[in-house]
Amino acid sequence: MSIEPLWEVFVRSRRGLSHTHVGSLHAPDATMALRNARDVYTRRQEGVSIWVVRAADITASSPDEKDEFFDPAGDKVYRHPTFYQVPEGVQHL
Amino acid sequence: MLTGMDSFQATIDADGRIEPRDAMPEGYRKTLIRQIAQHAHSEIIGMQPEGNWISRAPSLRRKAILMAKVQDEAGHGLYLYAAAETLGVDRADLLDLLHSGKQKYSSIFNYPTLTWADIGAIGWLVDGAAIVNQVPLCRCSYGPYARAMVRVCKEESFHQRQGFEILHTLCNGTEGQKAMAQDALDRWWWPSLMMFGPPDSASTHSEQSMAWGIKRHSNDELRQRFVDMTVPQAGVLGIRVPDDGLSYDEESGHYRFTEPDYTELYDVVKGNGPCNEQRLAHRVKAHEDGAWVREAAAAYAAKKAVRAA
Ligand SMILES: [Fe+2]
Ligand SMILES: [Fe+2]
Repeated sequence: MSIEPLWEVFVRSRRGLSHTHVGSLHAPDATMALRNARDVYTRRQEGVSIWVVRAADITASSPDEKDEFFDPAGDKVYRHPTFYQVPEGVQHL
Repeated sequence: MLTGMDSFQATIDADGRIEPRDAMPEGYRKTLIRQIAQHAHSEIIGMQPEGNWISRAPSLRRKAILMAKVQDEAGHGLYLYAAAETLGVDRADLLDLLHSGKQKYSSIFNYPTLTWADIGAIGWLVDGAAIVNQVPLCRCSYGPYARAMVRVCKEESFHQRQGFEILHTLCNGTEGQKAMAQDALDRWWWPSLMMFGPPDSASTHSEQSMAWGIKRHSNDELRQRFVDMTVPQAGVLGIRVPDDGLSYDEESGHYRFTEPDYTELYDVVKGNGPCNEQRLAHRVKAHEDGAWVREAAAAYAAKKAVRAA
């Protein structure tokens, strides 16, 4: 077993964009995880900001129940603008 | 609603991607772990033949480039170990399997780098062959592996170019330098062709991997693609591909070439290549020599955690 815990790495590629998951790595603590993430995932200036999160601290939805879990949004077509009929000739709506 | 294996098959049939926590057949998981681990091991063992020349690179420019390349290979290893870990294995355990010889790495790295021209030949041919293998893996059905491959492929193109540039410089140098380039091509050509694995007629895992969308092209297809791509490049360098059977077939638009001697491939895989023992011994030593660093970092992290609590 690895003695260092696993960290998930998120990189903001440039200002104005969100952090995106890029992969993971092992490191003994958060400081080392950040430094390792810089060396592993941004050797070509792929990022301006990095987040590291202990993999064990992430709670994820279960793929087994993905249908039930996301069902409530399934029948609410009226949340989309395409649901509505716009009379001919109406603009800027 | 589809669940479990039905959902897996439906995703594969629709050319979708399987993600870490999805249900998947045990064989799919095992095949991927074996392949990704072997790939990761190849990346880090592959640092050795090139690392051999860092201190003797002919200029500061070449040295900086070679260090960046070898560092990239370490990074490729890490991306791949991370991808393997999403399948429920642990990196330290995979390294143990490498060190005990229970998991393999690409046989190409069991050949020695005798001259500086070999560094050129590795970048041009070995990274070139790796690219041909890896580009289709960017569409592999397993999401984390495919994403790691996208990253790797972006980085590989500089690896191949720097190798070609080394050989191009030698080929435009003295007679002795050109002869050195030719000698490197003579020695690396056949092992490079073997990088695509056994011929389709003898390949054991291919069919199931194709059905699962892990593999997209057969070994022989990829080998042909590599030959078609590489032979004209050798022409530009002005050195000769060491194959008397090589000819261009107008009709198909492909080169005909002699198959490598696969008994050599099987022999090197078994452990009888020129550098198998040296490569593994070096890897184990590096791992053991680094143990105190890992332990010290862990002790420091534990101490800080206590103080923070
Ligand atoms: Fe690589
Ligand atoms: Fe490479």
